Amino acid sequence: MDTKGYFGNWGGAFIPEILHETFEQLKISYAEARKDPAFWQEYLQLMGSYSCRPTPLTYAENLTKHFGGAKIFIKREDLNHTGAHKANNVMGQGLLVKKMGKKRVIAETGAGQHGVATATMAAKFGFECTVYMGEVDVQRQRPNVFWMEKMGATVIPVKDGSRTLKDAINEAFRDWVTNVDSTHYVFGTACGPAPFPEMVSWFQSIIGQEAHKQILEIHGRMPAKIYACVGGGSNAMGIFQGFLGKDNVELIGVEAGGKGLHSGQHASRLCGNDATPGIAQGYKTMFLQNDEGQMLETHSVSAGLDYVGVSPILVDLWEQKKVRFESATDAEVMEALDLTMKMEGIIPALESAHAFVQAFKEAPKLGKDEAIIINQSGRGDKDIFTIAHAFDDPSWKQFIIDRAKEYDK
Amino acid sequence: MLLENTIRNKRQEKDILLMTHIVLGYPSFATNRKVVAQMVENGVDCIEMQIPFSEPMADGPVILKANQESLAQGTSVKECMAFGAEMAAEYDIPFLFMTYYNIVYKYGEERFFKDCQKANIQGLIIPDLSPEMGENFFKLATTYQIAPILIYAPTSTNKRMASLNRSANGFIYCAARRGVTGTKSSFDEDFDTYLARCKAATTLPLAVGFGIQDRADVASLTGKVDMAVIGSQTIRLVDEKGPEAVGPFIAGLR
Repeated sequence: MDTKGYFGNWGGAFIPEILHETFEQLKISYAEARKDPAFWQEYLQLMGSYSCRPTPLTYAENLTKHFGGAKIFIKREDLNHTGAHKANNVMGQGLLVKKMGKKRVIAETGAGQHGVATATMAAKFGFECTVYMGEVDVQRQRPNVFWMEKMGATVIPVKDGSRTLKDAINEAFRDWVTNVDSTHYVFGTACGPAPFPEMVSWFQSIIGQEAHKQILEIHGRMPAKIYACVGGGSNAMGIFQGFLGKDNVELIGVEAGGKGLHSGQHASRLCGNDATPGIAQGYKTMFLQNDEGQMLETHSVSAGLDYVGVSPILVDLWEQKKVRFESATDAEVMEALDLTMKMEGIIPALESAHAFVQAFKEAPKLGKDEAIIINQSGRGDKDIFTIAHAFDDPSWKQFIIDRAKEYDK
Repeated sequence: MLLENTIRNKRQEKDILLMTHIVLGYPSFATNRKVVAQMVENGVDCIEMQIPFSEPMADGPVILKANQESLAQGTSVKECMAFGAEMAAEYDIPFLFMTYYNIVYKYGEERFFKDCQKANIQGLIIPDLSPEMGENFFKLATTYQIAPILIYAPTSTNKRMASLNRSANGFIYCAARRGVTGTKSSFDEDFDTYLARCKAATTLPLAVGFGIQDRADVASLTGKVDMAVIGSQTIRLVDEKGPEAVGPFIAGLR
């Protein structure tokens, strides 16, 4: 990151003047934390005792045999507390909030995982917590809303715009400019104004650090390829950082192909042709927008990938050809999810299943002595309503009908 | 210099000036026309015209909704530019554009300034663009003699205000409080301390906006600043009572 918050041509901090001073303070606190080895030690200890770090690197033996190519390893961020990589970022920012002396946190959430993680952190550290969530996502991820509320957070459904993640971000910014003195905005992904992209990536780098060590222990050398799904890009940044600059490791980001790259109903910023450079939500990146700069509606079966922008750090790496981008359609995602559950007894989140799709396409082309890692950013049981609906599962439908009747009395 | 001089000259004649805000294409350009006519006839001194954006981060619910509805009807930047030119040709007060940086960026910065100059637009308010992020923008503002209006906030330090002042022109827009547009502000002692800091940091005229809703609010600013900004309130009024209600409302403010 340069002094203005840019990574190559991307990033920066395009914020209202009201937030200028609070960003100055945040930049100082973040810089101090990065310089202080004790801060990272405290973070590691917290993640080891409160969450489940280091998360395992699982050898997917059955999938490996099934595809007959490279050994498939899965980095299990689903086993983190609250079921996704989101906790890494949130607990790190929580420690920073304690340092800054603020008493209230706010967050945006798409799939709800970041909201749940933030509500958890707020409960543990004794902060007041408000979570903004698009109305569409509230519908898609109702169980997460339940847990956030149970942990004491206030969840506010956002009814403006496309009623998804980007609108939740706008609303969180509106809260922040109003309550800037008491409140820290726990940004959920490696996007937004500097220093968020770099800071969130730093907390997520714990994934890559562990995976690097683990693959050497198990496989004895570097993997050929690493796959991660990319919504905002924080889980991808997390694992990629452990392998960047290693010549023989190819990094692959998988975006939401929705109903297909040519359908206009997807959220692929870098592997399609629909995104162009723009500035919104406080930073410069490739946005899915029209010629006049108005953001477009996006679509993905997974709420967490359904976003118009992408991490400026990933765009920079993409321009430098250090990360390749691919996409997976909703239909491919359901297939990969089904296969993974049946063969390994592991339930990836719909978001994570995008990475599995691309890995499954490429694994058979690699030699049996090679290894690949899939970053399983989260667990899929949160998606039970969406997944059961997509599988059109008859017994589940009957259960919902019966339960609804019970409540109707 | 043009806008600053116009404001200073008008200020010789009035104790406080009024700037109003419209969202272009909301509820329609036809209504915008009627509203601007009523505003000018009743003595408004300056009008900021907002080019709608899908992500208006700094705006509250009233202006947010107006942005969305205008876009839903298909309002384009080209139409906004043409409307601005029409108003500036018809009325003898300064017209400004307010929008977010992505609109300018996608239009092409230099092309935007050229077209604003042709349209006789005298200033631009871009709340998400600071001088450090918009070097080229601020250079073009000087080249094309269109004032880049900068915002001071109660959270701005004295040092920050002084630094912003070096890139500002026309006037300084002081946000009366933290938060987004459209909620009531209180003009208490803290506010006076803040205003004193603003005055110490710049020699440009001062406008105060955010939550100014009635005659009492304007009266409490008279003698303290050069211009009061009425934003969401006239949009609310048009929503509730139609464009005809704007004239009497403006006339009753001073």
